[in-house]
Amino acid sequence: MALYSEKVMDHFRNPRNVGVIEDANGIGEVGNAKCGDIMKMYLKIEDEIIQDVKFETFGCGSAIASSSMATELIKGKPVSEAMQLTNKAVAEALDGLPDYKMHCSVLAEEAIRSALEDYQKRTGNPLPEEPA
Amino acid sequence: MIYADHAATTKMSDAALLTMTSLLKEVWGNPSSLYGVGQRAREILEKAREDIAAVIGAEPREIIFTSGGSEADNQAIRSAAALGKAKGHMHIVSSAFEHHAVLHTLEALKRDGFEITLADVHENGIVVPEEVEKAIREDTCLVTIMYANNEIGTIQPIREIGAICRKRNVLFHTDAVQAIGHIPVHVAEDNIDLLSASAHKFHGPKGVGFLYARKGVRLSNLIEGGAQERGRRAGTENVPGVAAMAAALKEMQEKMPENAAHLIEMRDRLIRGLQEIPHAALNGDAQRRLPGNVSFCFEGIEGESLLLLLDDRGIQASSGSACTSGSLDPSHVLLAIGRVHDVAHGSLRLSLGEDVTEAEADEIIQAVKEVVTYLRGFSPIWRDLMSGKKEPIL
Repeated sequence: MALYSEKVMDHFRNPRNVGVIEDANGIGEVGNAKCGDIMKMYLKIEDEIIQDVKFETFGCGSAIASSSMATELIKGKPVSEAMQLTNKAVAEALDGLPDYKMHCSVLAEEAIRSALEDYQKRTGNPLPEEPA
Repeated sequence: MIYADHAATTKMSDAALLTMTSLLKEVWGNPSSLYGVGQRAREILEKAREDIAAVIGAEPREIIFTSGGSEADNQAIRSAAALGKAKGHMHIVSSAFEHHAVLHTLEALKRDGFEITLADVHENGIVVPEEVEKAIREDTCLVTIMYANNEIGTIQPIREIGAICRKRNVLFHTDAVQAIGHIPVHVAEDNIDLLSASAHKFHGPKGVGFLYARKGVRLSNLIEGGAQERGRRAGTENVPGVAAMAAALKEMQEKMPENAAHLIEMRDRLIRGLQEIPHAALNGDAQRRLPGNVSFCFEGIEGESLLLLLDDRGIQASSGSACTSGSLDPSHVLLAIGRVHDVAHGSLRLSLGEDVTEAEADEIIQAVKEVVTYLRGFSPIWRDLMSGKKEPIL
């Protein structure tokens, strides 16, 4: 059995939405180098729709794959929907992660949320309530 | 495919494989039986013991066969601890970057009341004998220092440490799992009382190893049962495995000078090549290291990603990153030589095989350069480093 699912390996080998958005209006960075994972998300939001999203990640295979999948799951979506992204959804979309790698999907969720909060701070638009 | 993870395990040599398969097929008797097929197995077992003893300068009766290096480490340390405890000597000296088979055994002894002092391994990954001597107390019962480190390959001043232990009348154990078959090891000249070795690190089979215990050093049993191994390790002997281990070791010992010369050339070629990568550093002393060991830290990337992409290019290596160990902390070895977490996560260990070619070494250099550059291309740490927002560590 391989360490990762084919989906994880695909997103690791060919990460989607890699890079920087120069005129991003929402940026979030989570994790720290000490723990071996840092994710940085850049959002370009227009009319409350995520027009573009890019990421930079320092981390293991599942951290890179989780970042990539998270960007795919929110691209083109309304902010309200993106706010509801969960780590579980990221992991499921990747056909699962090993137990000790689940924190990578948590980090991806936190990175997206952090970028959305930054957008909210910049624009003054209140964020929709988090789902209970 | 370029397999560069020989410190993890090696492929069995033809001699070892042939020995093992033919014995499994033809000499399946129990060495404790008195009839022919049993006695034939006994002869083979004892011949293997003689051969192994000869390689390390021991007497055959000083060799105990085990299931591998971890068992040998456990038995050696627990035996010395039991001897110490009987005299009220409950202090042990070791180093911070020992294998877990040693460190975890010491942790267990600590819970039983032993005190442990870990000698500094310094930035170059080498223990200083004088510091070991200073750490020895009146109640020290054992010094255990590995012959060569499994991650960064640094070779320890075993002979000098052994001499100090003799002088201070303290037992000396060395985990020689990475050294045996690769560099000269001689228990008498090196003043060693107890030594652990594992067959699969030198082209022998997995699941078999040996413990050398100098005559007069009383061993405690980890496994109780029959009278095998002179009553010090019960269980029907793994005759095919042991004979294959001896065959592998004999061959490695014969070829050691030419193997080492070639490996050192390839190792140094790799080190020179990888040193061209900016913000990268070799781990451990550049010269006093195993012939086939190359260990680096690359700033701004994480080791597991590097390994997966190298694997995609047909290169198998390993890393001391947290992600490859399943824990949150990177390798205790890298932390022990002073690498901070941030860069310890970006480590790569290449442990070369004797048949590695110059072209393969160059292919590894090229692949590592490309993969490191690629991963840095979308690393937020690297961006901060390049923009001057963060000071480089390496």
